[in-house]
Amino acid sequence: MTNYFVNDKGYYGDFGGAYIPEMLYPNVEELRQQYLKVIKEESFQQEFRALLKDYVGRPSPLYLAKRLSERYGANIFLKREDLNHTGAHKINNTIGQILLAEHLGKKRIIAETGAGQHGVATATVCALRGLECVVYMGEVDIKRQAPNVARMKMLGATVVPATSGSKTLKDATNEAMRDWINNPEDTYYIIGSVVGPHPYPDMVAYFQSVISEEAKKQLAEQTGKQSPDYVLACVGGGSNAIGMFYHFIDDEQVQLIAVEAGGKGVDSGFTAATTAKGKEGVLHGSRSILMQTADGQVVEPHSVSAGLDYPGIGPQHAHLFKTGRGKYVSITDDESLDAGLRLTQLEGIIPAIESAHALAYLEYMEFKGGENVVVCLSGRGDKDMETYMKHFNL
Amino acid sequence: MNRLQQLFENKKKDILSIYYTAGYPNLNDTLTIAEALEQAGADFMEIGFPYSDPVADGEVIQGSSKQALDQGMTLEMLFAQLKDLRKTVNIPILLMGYVNVVLQYGVENFCKKCQEVGVDGCIIPDLPMYEYEELYSECFKKHGISNIFLVTPQTSEERIRKIDDLSNAFIYLLSSAATTGKNLDVSANARAYFSRMRNMNLKNPLMIGFGISDKQTFDSANEYAAGAIIGSAFVKNLDPQDVVGSVGRFMKEFR
Repeated sequence: MTNYFVNDKGYYGDFGGAYIPEMLYPNVEELRQQYLKVIKEESFQQEFRALLKDYVGRPSPLYLAKRLSERYGANIFLKREDLNHTGAHKINNTIGQILLAEHLGKKRIIAETGAGQHGVATATVCALRGLECVVYMGEVDIKRQAPNVARMKMLGATVVPATSGSKTLKDATNEAMRDWINNPEDTYYIIGSVVGPHPYPDMVAYFQSVISEEAKKQLAEQTGKQSPDYVLACVGGGSNAIGMFYHFIDDEQVQLIAVEAGGKGVDSGFTAATTAKGKEGVLHGSRSILMQTADGQVVEPHSVSAGLDYPGIGPQHAHLFKTGRGKYVSITDDESLDAGLRLTQLEGIIPAIESAHALAYLEYMEFKGGENVVVCLSGRGDKDMETYMKHFNL
Repeated sequence: MNRLQQLFENKKKDILSIYYTAGYPNLNDTLTIAEALEQAGADFMEIGFPYSDPVADGEVIQGSSKQALDQGMTLEMLFAQLKDLRKTVNIPILLMGYVNVVLQYGVENFCKKCQEVGVDGCIIPDLPMYEYEELYSECFKKHGISNIFLVTPQTSEERIRKIDDLSNAFIYLLSSAATTGKNLDVSANARAYFSRMRNMNLKNPLMIGFGISDKQTFDSANEYAAGAIIGSAFVKNLDPQDVVGSVGRFMKEFR
């Protein structure tokens, strides 16, 4: 059987590794040596699980969306990560990593953010644990996600604009890495997605795997079946998707569908559809698939959704894609906004535009009837109201 | 023995290396700067091939890289600009850049081209030791290219020994764990670290880089190492209207 998880060298098939300058080596090595040991400890598990339950509000419901199901002729279940504290799946990971940072004795936390959800989730756990928090955010994203910037500030974080390159998530990640290089001793970098040097992709995947751990159990309770027919999630770097896939990856009956941001169209030159337009290469510390020129320069992505506006995908996704275990598709800006409106009017749930990408792909699927489909509703749409308002003249 | 190994064989002290970005300040300045640097007394030089996401670099080299890319610089073009390098330039030359650009060019192709134009070594900061050993070292050796590793104050002794084993020219000693373009830290801590390195009796000579900006910092680096590397301070001083003149004026302080 193919191994879809990380090996002892930090690789997923051809992808992964730790492509980092020597300045980061001690930090990453410390993490690599500690993370498995620490997260397996009984005391860590107890605290992690307790916070997920009482602070985040887990388990998040698995909701059978009846009117959506009628529309598609299949049982559409929504995994309600939007109901988590702070409004998205991102908090699962920041809870785990802040406990790890404390364990390693770090005093200062840094993070990158795109839509601001990971920034808010990081600022939240820093407030909770009384740690200093610096969040790097692209200047463009700061403008389009103003409410999240205000939330981070209110939570006591310093928000530093990334002004290089496309001024979005990729550049915020560069700035966070530079900060870490310059502050190697006391600083812990909470990466928000399944990207970065090993062990980050594995560690973040583990913290997010609670999504599929719960969904599997909930689906069995509600339908009597262990395996759904399909599992869908949107992919920027890919953390909610890995979390949603995790406990189904080795169950080959389950079709895994990852939905990338097509932007204005895969061939429009304004896209973040990484598997469609990308090639193998190295970005932000791991070997994966990324959008780049023939000269190896990273291409600036485009998506209406800040959380998917990233030119790469995590190495495990690259492996799932290359082995054919996962199906990687894309949805345009307009299709995702329509899907957001549709969910709102059929089910009374305003989704994040990121999550709306996954919902939009239901329009392209053909069902025989009665299939069980789980869609990860990774976040709520409050932060996107301005975009929705503009698009639909609300 | 390549030119770089020869240099360290012949010269043990006061070695000065200069870093600059290919295609900056003007697209076709690459060879002009190399010639001017040799004229002005540099012992060797590092030519950076630009990358869109240079995480180990501070603002100055980020800026020069971005401008070079905007002007159309590519690795392919760099090799074309260096085609006749060895007709006019004799000192050792290293290329410095990030691994993704090398990967897209193809490692084998990259090494072959380096050898063809007369490049002696490479610094690829985000190429890890494990991957270098497994996938690159044979190719580098075949084409006579020296791979240069970085060491920081946080690098363990065990790892330094390993790096010393894998190196065949010099070891690039970072003055502190920082992105490029910061000032040299000559605190007691830094001095202790430089001394510790010197006393390890490594087989490779040491060159100190990151934070060397003037005669004073160059001299303090020289107390502990075979020489020092200047990057950001040099790049900042390049005048697009008078490239050769600005190289000469900068170098006067040192030579």
